[in-house]
Amino acid sequence: MIANARVYLLLVATWMRAAAQYPGSLALLTLGSFVVNALDIAAIWIIFAHTPELAGFTLPEVMFLYGTAGVSFALADMFAGNTDKIGSYIRSGAFDTMMIRPASPFLQVAADRFSPQRFGRVGQAAVVLAIALPRLGIDWSRAWMIPVMIVSGFVIFVAIWTIAGAAQFLLTDAPEVANAFTYGGGQLTQYPLSVYGGELVRAVTFIVPLAFVNWQPGLYVLDREDPLGLPYALRFASPAAALIMALLAALAWRAGLRRYRSTGS
Amino acid sequence: MPDNGGASGPTARKITFPAGRSPPTISWLLLPPWRCPTFALYFRLFRYGFRRHATYRAAAVAGAFTNTVFGVLRAYVLIALWQARPGLAGYDVADAVTFCFLTQAFIGPMQVFGGGLELSQRVRTGDVAIDLIRPASLQLWTLAEDLGRATWLFVVRSVPPTLAGAALFGIVTPSGPLAWAAFGASVVLGVIVSFALRYLVALSACWVLDDRGVQSLSLVMTLFFSGMILPLVIFPGWLGALAQALPWAAIVQVPADVYLGKADVAAALGFQALWAAALLGAGTLATRAVRHRVVIQGG
Repeated sequence: MIANARVYLLLVATWMRAAAQYPGSLALLTLGSFVVNALDIAAIWIIFAHTPELAGFTLPEVMFLYGTAGVSFALADMFAGNTDKIGSYIRSGAFDTMMIRPASPFLQVAADRFSPQRFGRVGQAAVVLAIALPRLGIDWSRAWMIPVMIVSGFVIFVAIWTIAGAAQFLLTDAPEVANAFTYGGGQLTQYPLSVYGGELVRAVTFIVPLAFVNWQPGLYVLDREDPLGLPYALRFASPAAALIMALLAALAWRAGLRRYRSTGS
Repeated sequence: MPDNGGASGPTARKITFPAGRSPPTISWLLLPPWRCPTFALYFRLFRYGFRRHATYRAAAVAGAFTNTVFGVLRAYVLIALWQARPGLAGYDVADAVTFCFLTQAFIGPMQVFGGGLELSQRVRTGDVAIDLIRPASLQLWTLAEDLGRATWLFVVRSVPPTLAGAALFGIVTPSGPLAWAAFGASVVLGVIVSFALRYLVALSACWVLDDRGVQSLSLVMTLFFSGMILPLVIFPGWLGALAQALPWAAIVQVPADVYLGKADVAAALGFQALWAAALLGAGTLATRAVRHRVVIQGG
């Protein structure tokens, strides 16, 4: 475990040094990453310029849900977002090199071309969360849930990314399918799930457990009724959902690695 | 200029074909009567652009799937907004849903997320030096290929998400053949404006060496000011007026408005044509500047 963490940090540091060779571009990229994601919150502000409530939720509440999911998603993207390149590593033969190195292939993929620009997104989501929290008037005895939901959300997103990455051992040519679940999950959790149709909400509660990233624990923090009337206990189920997803992801990754066949290039 | 796919000098009368291939007689007959070598060259490049991208079928299907998923997610948000504010900005709920799926449909052909041009790679590797000495305009050359790419992506990545949107939510359709024709023209102009912007971004690498920073700036401007994230018609006050005057509006908002019948067709197409001409003009000047700038480092 410690050895793996050392390898990961070493690889990350190496790639960050490489990225720093073009300081002007790096600054623009980090700023760009911050601003691209800030566009989503700009969209939320424009929506609330026209209406005081969206599907029963006010602006600070939506910003809270956006910020918590955003931090989880951005941290997961920073750690595991690069797994969506596995298909291209397989096609180019770069994955062969990773397999014969004395380090975990998963960590090598995760750290490959790590760029400090990914901090831009974490910063953006954290700023939104920091703006939202004092405006919510929440009961602070419920605030313990906030770090729990961010960590659970991080694990859930990393697991989705890992499963999507593992799927590329089969679908080498179609990495974009994974985007529907990874970035799609990031998009979905930006808004209260009451916006979406009932079947979709049940699907992201019981099939792809995105509802446990911020929606169910968020209802607890905000002390709100569940518009779909799902059991109250689900609000505390995020860590369990994260654990199950992590196990599934580990199994999927192993299964994917076993099926790996070099393209020979 | 031997065997490079039919690029012939201005004085050449005969089209040359790659070694080992006979002239495609059938498609040759299908060409319009003004079969000057220049047109034949760009038509050929258009077909090459189409065929090159048509190789990646699985990727296109995957892209269409992802566009559909995002269309559904964004549609719900717009439905929630229009349920809270019926008739906002002159759209009803059906218009808003249609707009949402059109934006997803435009991602492929309009290359909303940037790139799509091999040119930026060629600038970085220095291969652009060879492109610049070809006896044909670099910008038109790249445009012809890009239109081929856009045609292919329109078929595989625009039509399926729109049909999915129609099946899941129901969408409005243009009122008649004339409206469809206006929409077609608007899409082509939108692709040209998008190309002209991406061409300028790609050439910028001649000055800044690493163009990823410029690309991410361009991405921000395109996503926000094209109408991709939210319809520009609901942007408040001066921001809305500014957004609807900038070239990015010609990529998504204007074609969508032409489709929905919300815009005066002549004014909309004129707006797009004006920006297309201005940006292609800027591209010509930039190409000329690059010609004076390129330094070829031997080997």
